[in-house]
Amino acid sequence: MKTYNIDVDCANCANLMEDAAKKTPGVKNATVNFMALKMNVEFEEGADEKKVMKQVLKNCRKVESDCNIEF
Amino acid sequence: MSRKQKKVLIRIIITSVCIVPLFFIPLKGIPLFVIYLILYLIIGYDILLKAAKGIVNGRVFDENFLMAVATIGAFALAIYEKSNDYLEAIAVMLFYQIGELFQSFAVRKSRKNISALMDIRPDYANIEKDGEIIRVNPSEVEKGSIITVMPGEKIPIDGIVVEGDSSLNTSALTGESLPKDVCINDEVLSGCINLSGVLKIKTTKEFGESTVSKILELVENSGSRKSRSENFISKFAKIYTPAVVLGAVCLAVLPPLFNLLILRTSPGWNVWIYRSLTFLVISCPCALVISIPLSFFAGIGCAGHEGILIKGSNYLETLSSVKYVVFDKTGTLTEGVFDVRDIHHNILDKDTLIEFAALTESASSHPISQSLKKAYDRNLSIERVSDIKEIAGQGITAVIDDKKIAVGNDKLMENSGIEYKPCHMSGTIVHVAIDGRYEGHIVISDVIKKDSEKAISELKNTGIKKTVMLTGDSKKVAENVAAELGVDEYHAELLPADKVTKLEEIMDTKPSGQKLAFVGDGINDAPVLARADIGIAMGAIGSDAAIEAADVVLMDDNPMQIAKAIKISRKCIRIVYENIIFALVIKFACLGLGALGIANMWFAIFADVGVMVIAVLNAIRALRISGSA
Repeated sequence: MKTYNIDVDCANCANLMEDAAKKTPGVKNATVNFMALKMNVEFEEGADEKKVMKQVLKNCRKVESDCNIEF
Repeated sequence: MSRKQKKVLIRIIITSVCIVPLFFIPLKGIPLFVIYLILYLIIGYDILLKAAKGIVNGRVFDENFLMAVATIGAFALAIYEKSNDYLEAIAVMLFYQIGELFQSFAVRKSRKNISALMDIRPDYANIEKDGEIIRVNPSEVEKGSIITVMPGEKIPIDGIVVEGDSSLNTSALTGESLPKDVCINDEVLSGCINLSGVLKIKTTKEFGESTVSKILELVENSGSRKSRSENFISKFAKIYTPAVVLGAVCLAVLPPLFNLLILRTSPGWNVWIYRSLTFLVISCPCALVISIPLSFFAGIGCAGHEGILIKGSNYLETLSSVKYVVFDKTGTLTEGVFDVRDIHHNILDKDTLIEFAALTESASSHPISQSLKKAYDRNLSIERVSDIKEIAGQGITAVIDDKKIAVGNDKLMENSGIEYKPCHMSGTIVHVAIDGRYEGHIVISDVIKKDSEKAISELKNTGIKKTVMLTGDSKKVAENVAAELGVDEYHAELLPADKVTKLEEIMDTKPSGQKLAFVGDGINDAPVLARADIGIAMGAIGSDAAIEAADVVLMDDNPMQIAKAIKISRKCIRIVYENIIFALVIKFACLGLGALGIANMWFAIFADVGVMVIAVLNAIRALRISGSA
């Protein structure tokens, strides 16, 4: 499991990001901690983390255009 | 204030300032419309933009889109009705933005407050290089390096003192305000503040493995374990917005059709469309979604400040419904330090009896042997001892000064055929026989912590139904301790594995809504900690296993902290429930009034933003919960 710093303004958007991250292929599970601005991502075995995170960010941007994930 | 926030604030100010003179300037028709449109775009362009992006990405039901529809709809109605009342649309946007800004302020502020409460993160470490002391990032310091800590600085990494002596302020770790003195060869934990002298410390861990990093990690991750309330709210938010939109559509279409087709009167489209737009204004679930995690975050932060680390919002929630508290005795209610309480001797004097006992046990590392050696408190001339035999579960025999000594329990005496006197005191009884003659016995027992009794009665005051004590100790000892502390129930002579079984028995008999907490010192009760609804480890700083196994970690080993933790959790949960109920009631009331045409858009946006502001302020209150009040 890896933890990433994120940037997002509203709590509901953080929930939406969590959903978006969970649905991304290669992600086994994801939780977003809005108050700490952190995203914990559990990858599926053999997944290319960098590639998956790129897709996660892309999917998150779809639900909240202002968000960011540092990876 | 962040740049984003500043930008929004400036837009809010410009719009508010410009609206006022519009009341006095007699403008009509197109010029008026243009000026209002410009103001509308100033205050709401980002929302319109986000709404457009949302549609492109196939997300129709997002609050930006709904705000956009509501305000553009209000504009359109004003044009259609030729009322020139464009103010409403701008006001809705304006208040919405004010609400959002307030929310991000509040969140930012509490993030800051909490990091201030948990202000233990060291910024640098001093290492000596070429005779000069330089500051480096603590994470760059290798294990086994020597770091220098000046008075007033935080110890950045766990280690052992190799030079200097000083006193340390450990309050950030344990909540204990009394300074702790340290000297050479003492172990020191990161996060303590060096008060008086310069210390040189040889690091025993890397920064990432040090106490301070572990604690910070635990606090930061706590929000990732979500409580039932949080899950409820995020599920609710997912259906709330679409449901309100559906309601708005029905409201816009059904009553006019009813008028038109059944009553054959004028449909009144504009009235109903206006009411449905009012619906959309209340469609954002923000007040709920923000205030719940904020309350938990604040509650956990507040507990952390008191030396109580809660590993997740879910545990905070469970802790608040604890009705049964099960204790491990040793190390939790008692000090876990065995001391010689009394010496009942025959002909030999006390000192000689203790000396023989200590000499016989000199090679053993058993806690009983340690306490005998401590009670003798002089140098033992071990060369006098020979032929040591340890008989498991009974005691030790040895030869000292050509005398055959037997030191042990009842069994050892029985097996050696020595007649012994049973003791009236509770505790561990160590019999001593010399050359087959009974010389007396030594009573060793654990000391009850001075706050244990108060802690139990405090728990009862907070509404704990039952307190239970589990121990591996003898029945007599358990009975005495239980009676002295006022514990409701005790189970003695349990092996570590029995403790889990016993705990499960208790858990089976209680109602499922009432939770059970197990309190242990984490040394050999990790399975029990894990099995209970909630496991509380005490005085666990520096013990990784305990931090790992427990759900709540008390940095201090004072049992009073248990009641404090429960109180904090209850207050925090109460705030959460207050917010859920308050926000839901106001939202539904607004929807109802909006549908009836009693509440207009102004009312709706005021209510919406107002609920959020109040809920957020209420949530922040959780930061200031104190365990004593």
